[in-house]
Amino acid sequence: MSERPMEGERSFEPRIVAFFCNWCTYTAADLAGTARMTYAPNIRIIRLMCSGRLDPQFVLAAFRHGADGVLIGGCHPGDCHYQEGNYKALRRYLLLKRLLREMGIEEERLRLEWISASEGDRVQKVANEFTETIRRLGPLRLAPRPGVIRLPVAALPEPSPAAREGALP
Amino acid sequence: MSKPKVAFYWCASCGGCEEAVVDLAEEILQVVEAVEIAFWPVALDFKREDVERLADGELAAAFINGAIRTSEQAEMAHLLRSKAQVLIAFGSCSHMGGVPGLANLFDREEILRYVYEEAPSVVNPQRVRPEERIEVDEGMLTLPAFWEGVQTLDQTVEVDYYLPGCPPPVGLIRSALQALLTGNLPPKGSVLAPDVALCAECPRKPTKPERLALKELKRPHQVLIDPETCLLAQGLLCLGPATRSGCGAACIAGNMPCTGCLGPTSRVLDGGAKALSALASLLDATEEAEIERILAGIPDPVGLFYRYSLPASLLHRRVGNGERLREGRSS
Repeated sequence: MSERPMEGERSFEPRIVAFFCNWCTYTAADLAGTARMTYAPNIRIIRLMCSGRLDPQFVLAAFRHGADGVLIGGCHPGDCHYQEGNYKALRRYLLLKRLLREMGIEEERLRLEWISASEGDRVQKVANEFTETIRRLGPLRLAPRPGVIRLPVAALPEPSPAAREGALP
Repeated sequence: MSKPKVAFYWCASCGGCEEAVVDLAEEILQVVEAVEIAFWPVALDFKREDVERLADGELAAAFINGAIRTSEQAEMAHLLRSKAQVLIAFGSCSHMGGVPGLANLFDREEILRYVYEEAPSVVNPQRVRPEERIEVDEGMLTLPAFWEGVQTLDQTVEVDYYLPGCPPPVGLIRSALQALLTGNLPPKGSVLAPDVALCAECPRKPTKPERLALKELKRPHQVLIDPETCLLAQGLLCLGPATRSGCGAACIAGNMPCTGCLGPTSRVLDGGAKALSALASLLDATEEAEIERILAGIPDPVGLFYRYSLPASLLHRRVGNGERLREGRSS
């Protein structure tokens, strides 16, 4: 992670990771771009196929690796390309917020918005608003975590029959 | 040929892991026959000097249970690491932080203040706190440093293998010992347990409906639990889907839901987040108010999802102190 100013609110630029679904919010962000709408450059967008693909691990990993806020964008209720991915996202989001609260992290640092493919102006508005919210909250100061964060094994062979039966792998 | 030497040690733990070794029952005699116990302060009279006298790598294996919270525990971990060819994190606490790791919801000052001043059973008008060094007539007395947070064994020293569980199931201990004695060990860094979710070996698996849809979350003391049916299907918070198998579904056999002590499988980065994800996806609600109503059945998400793994998790420790925790709870 790059060096960042520790103190001085004026020099703080929020670092925000946004997870946008391919079919609605990402398309809306694309529309905002082609319509030459400008919005806060603090948002780094990661495209997912569906907001239902948003694993809560992604959110925690973003915070651990230096994000001050995480924005999730999905299709409006009833509009999910995969029928109900956005409902799953909503349920995970609401539970994750409870977890963040208990871990002492302001819930405003995580935000979910439904933005359809035609709402480029809404991407602009939400990105600007959220950046200001995070700017007001200041940098997220997680306690340092000792040790190495080992990524899960990328590709594993299928478990052997012996492993399935409870013997050692 | 002399027998391979092994050591057992405990750090921040309850003693249940030592019990698990004794649970090998008469098989422990075979273990004692096959190895020489060079250090096991809980069971036999050994001193730290006995370990210091050993040459580097002289121990074939060292088993350490318990999390790391004090400078003394870290020193012992480093000492045993240098003396042992194979270092095994034994049990949930050394593997992931364990129940003592939930202390990472509070900072050092809050813990000391509560324990030495505020707890209802404490009378301490002078507010005496343990000091690392204190001068008395007889000389200087010292205590180990109490760290800001709890950490896992592998956040302290390099660990070769993990024997998961609270405590590790006897079957896993037995196969690990066999693997060690025969030299038939998996790749370094492995967790010595099957790499599939508990549901795969759960005897109630046939009763799990095709699609779980929970309208209500229940805690074990609130319901009469049917002893045959999938616990999730009964609305009980069972972490089986997000927990490694290898325990023979012991808690489920006792009609209690899985609490996740064996940790996640190797494909998971943060077990608590993964369990949260699995559980949230099973709720049968699409409206925010209705979802919130069901989620009220989880009053303490960290305690549920990170019961054994807070120090190993991505967040590791609470941000700020418990003043905010109390505010959060009351709101």
